[in-house]
Amino acid sequence: MATFTLPKNSKIQPGKTWPAQQGAKRIKRVEVYRYDPESGENPRVDVFEIDLDRCAPMVLDALLLIKNEIDPTLAFRRSCREGVCGSCSMNIDGHNTLACTKPMEDCSDVIRIYPLPHLQVVKDLVPDMTHFYAQYASIKPWIVTQTPAPADRERLQSKEERSKLDGLVECIMCASCSTSCPSYWWNGDRYLGPAVLLQAYRWIADSRDETTGERLDELEDPFKLYRCHTIMNCTDTCPKGLNPAKAIAEIKKLLIERQK
Amino acid sequence: MKERPLSPHLQVYRLPLTAWVSITHRATGVFLSLGMILLVVFLLAIAQGSESFALVHSCLQSLAGRLFLWGWIYSLLFHLCHGFRHLIWDTGHGFERETLNRFAAYEIAASLLLVSMLILLVSI
Repeated sequence: MATFTLPKNSKIQPGKTWPAQQGAKRIKRVEVYRYDPESGENPRVDVFEIDLDRCAPMVLDALLLIKNEIDPTLAFRRSCREGVCGSCSMNIDGHNTLACTKPMEDCSDVIRIYPLPHLQVVKDLVPDMTHFYAQYASIKPWIVTQTPAPADRERLQSKEERSKLDGLVECIMCASCSTSCPSYWWNGDRYLGPAVLLQAYRWIADSRDETTGERLDELEDPFKLYRCHTIMNCTDTCPKGLNPAKAIAEIKKLLIERQK
Repeated sequence: MKERPLSPHLQVYRLPLTAWVSITHRATGVFLSLGMILLVVFLLAIAQGSESFALVHSCLQSLAGRLFLWGWIYSLLFHLCHGFRHLIWDTGHGFERETLNRFAAYEIAASLLLVSMLILLVSI
């Protein structure tokens, strides 16, 4: 069921302000969602004033500066710092994206940072992704074959067959798209969401996979697939420039075509 | 363990134009259904004779009645314009990232154009 407001324990309170150090010239105001599971208090928004002259250009650099020099208790996920691991996805300035590839220059005067929307928060900017990964596992994201593998070589693919996977294999499962989708917010328990559906299509479109029919059977469901109402937040927000909405449309098309 | 809080969603998300068009599509759909109830009331009134017809007619002639009817007509036109977009989407076309919000603006413009043409037609 769609609940448009936040539950009582999730309402956001004003938090602390951490003023910039003396002598800072180019000050940027960064507001960060905080939740401390040990305090038992509601989440709050802290304000950090950071000195841009001492900070590298990306939003992730600002978070690292805060953690290293201002408040070491700040929790967030990060790893590769170059947009290939998908760990640092979060809501920045009202859009889901990767903190490591988002330049502060492109943000508004005050950068507002929240965890990915409509997920349970473990701490600060770290949401619980358990359900998302379980949904990913449910589409069997690996090759399934019935014929025995060729004895002397790999299962080969022509260049043309491989090109059908362009725009799909680049997905890093950062969950920016799924957590931007209102349909996923309201029905995420049963709707698979854009990221997982794009991955489902990635295996349907793979010429080497031999279970296309079974994969389509699994998806033919009013909730798993058809909660997509082409709201387009997914394609709009994908930090890798991919198009989950189109992948979902391709699945829907295949389901229609096989009825002929 | 204390229950974990839910991260903010509608409270912080900046919806793109396509999302607003999608919400309006649903809202106009609901409004169209409400209008169908009014249509049934109208037909019932006709069936019951001239007195009840006159009553319903005068209600619809009032400012509120006219606003409702024009809202109903606009809902139909908006729903139609976005409906075409859905038809195109169903063929697997029109998903290009760069054009999404531009085409959403075209839909709104088209529905406004259609309703102003109707208003013009009625007032002549």
